[in-house]
Amino acid sequence: MKYLYYPGCSLKGTNRAYEESVLASFKALNIEIEELEDWNCCGATAYMSIDEMKSFALAARNLALAERQGPDSPTLMAPCSGCYLVLSKTQHYLEEYSEVSRTIDSALQAARLSYARKVQVRHPLDILINEIGLQSIAQKVRQPLKGLKVACYYGCQIVRPYAAFDDQVNPTTMDRLMRALGAETVEWPLKTRCCGGSLMGTLPEVGVPLSYILLKEALKRGADVVATACPLCQFNLECYQDKMSKRFKEHLELPVVYFTQLLGLALEVPERQLGLHRLLIPLTLPTARGGARAYA
Amino acid sequence: MNEWQSWPRFRYEAELDLKFPEEVASMPGGRALFACIQCGTCSGTCPLATYMDYSPRKIIAMTRAGFKEEVLHSFTIWLCASCYACAVECPRKIKITDFMAELKQRAIQEGVDPKRFPVAVLAREFFEAVRKRGRSTESRLVLRLYAKTNPLKILSQARLGLRLLRAGRFSLRAESVKDRQQIDQLLRAVDAAKATAFVDKLAREVRREVARA
Repeated sequence: MKYLYYPGCSLKGTNRAYEESVLASFKALNIEIEELEDWNCCGATAYMSIDEMKSFALAARNLALAERQGPDSPTLMAPCSGCYLVLSKTQHYLEEYSEVSRTIDSALQAARLSYARKVQVRHPLDILINEIGLQSIAQKVRQPLKGLKVACYYGCQIVRPYAAFDDQVNPTTMDRLMRALGAETVEWPLKTRCCGGSLMGTLPEVGVPLSYILLKEALKRGADVVATACPLCQFNLECYQDKMSKRFKEHLELPVVYFTQLLGLALEVPERQLGLHRLLIPLTLPTARGGARAYA
Repeated sequence: MNEWQSWPRFRYEAELDLKFPEEVASMPGGRALFACIQCGTCSGTCPLATYMDYSPRKIIAMTRAGFKEEVLHSFTIWLCASCYACAVECPRKIKITDFMAELKQRAIQEGVDPKRFPVAVLAREFFEAVRKRGRSTESRLVLRLYAKTNPLKILSQARLGLRLLRAGRFSLRAESVKDRQQIDQLLRAVDAAKATAFVDKLAREVRREVARA
């Protein structure tokens, strides 16, 4: 089975380590993926605030392209939470509201496209857990993440509002995956609380405390690392630790990685292929030999 | 004048816009607005509520009562980070997050969106970039945001910029789709479809009025 891959803008820019680690770890698991040709921006939440119908139109172009390129009833994999939400939301609206459906179909037609509603939008976590299966992943682990305590951060938009593959209030897919890789997971009730999203860039006085609370709670629960499934969450939680330290007058240094980077490490994918050298806060892994190994 | 002396502000019923709730409820799924029981679960769940001028519960109550001006001028709608916590918890299944987005769109249409407030500036810049190129480039977007709101901020972010550059995470090269014409056609067609729908609606109303007369 081949999956179509929708990277979205962020995975080609500041958060390319997410793309690198998705590609490398999926390759190590022999999962075939192919990038969607000439994909466009999903529109993110900004488009919904300005013109919701155009946000649906942008998302629908990607769905139409997927149908054209992929096998029959293709699966479109979207690792970025924002893209995943917008693509899923568009599908829901196309189904639920005939007015949206009509407008989008006519817009697609004007752009020489059509969409027969055959695409399935899925997150890599969903594919890993529900298609590949934990058992089959665990069998391929070559370097178990023994002794590593992970706080699994799902963020908001992969489980809300649609929760297609995990529980909305207490998701567990990433926790189960991490345990299958040999890591420990910490109980962390803030796993779906908002990191501040784009407010970190626009209103840091509001964004900084939102992200700080998450990290502080993770530290209090003994986490060595936070694993994320969203480029914006990773960026906020990692790159603003300086600002958090300054504002809350304490030194904060907690590595924040993509769950796919940890998956790749456990599968013994070379660290450069996983984009670990792009971390601003290096990840230290307690290895089986007892010594620590640092990445970045 | 002290701030407390300007408070409370009176609003007379005759000044309210009673068409406003109906207009807002015309969004997909918008009728649920009238099912709100004012329980306040949305405000209790919202991680941004403490920073808002009106809580989400109040925004809903004020919309229903026709406080158009206050609602569209509020900062609340721009502070919503779209985390959907409220929408999931709402016992009446109101799509509160989408409702906030609808209010933002209306504020922009009415020209009352805060012109230099960074959240609104970012949304507009993002919108333009994607309209032109089909993709957004984070680094360019952020620079434009700072240029239009607070250029001095570029300095305070220089250190982070350099660290990102060293990690290969910062590039100013503008990303773009190959078929830019198609994006243009697509977005123009949405405008055209909307205009047609608007004219149709108007025609229906006129016919109804004529029939009544």
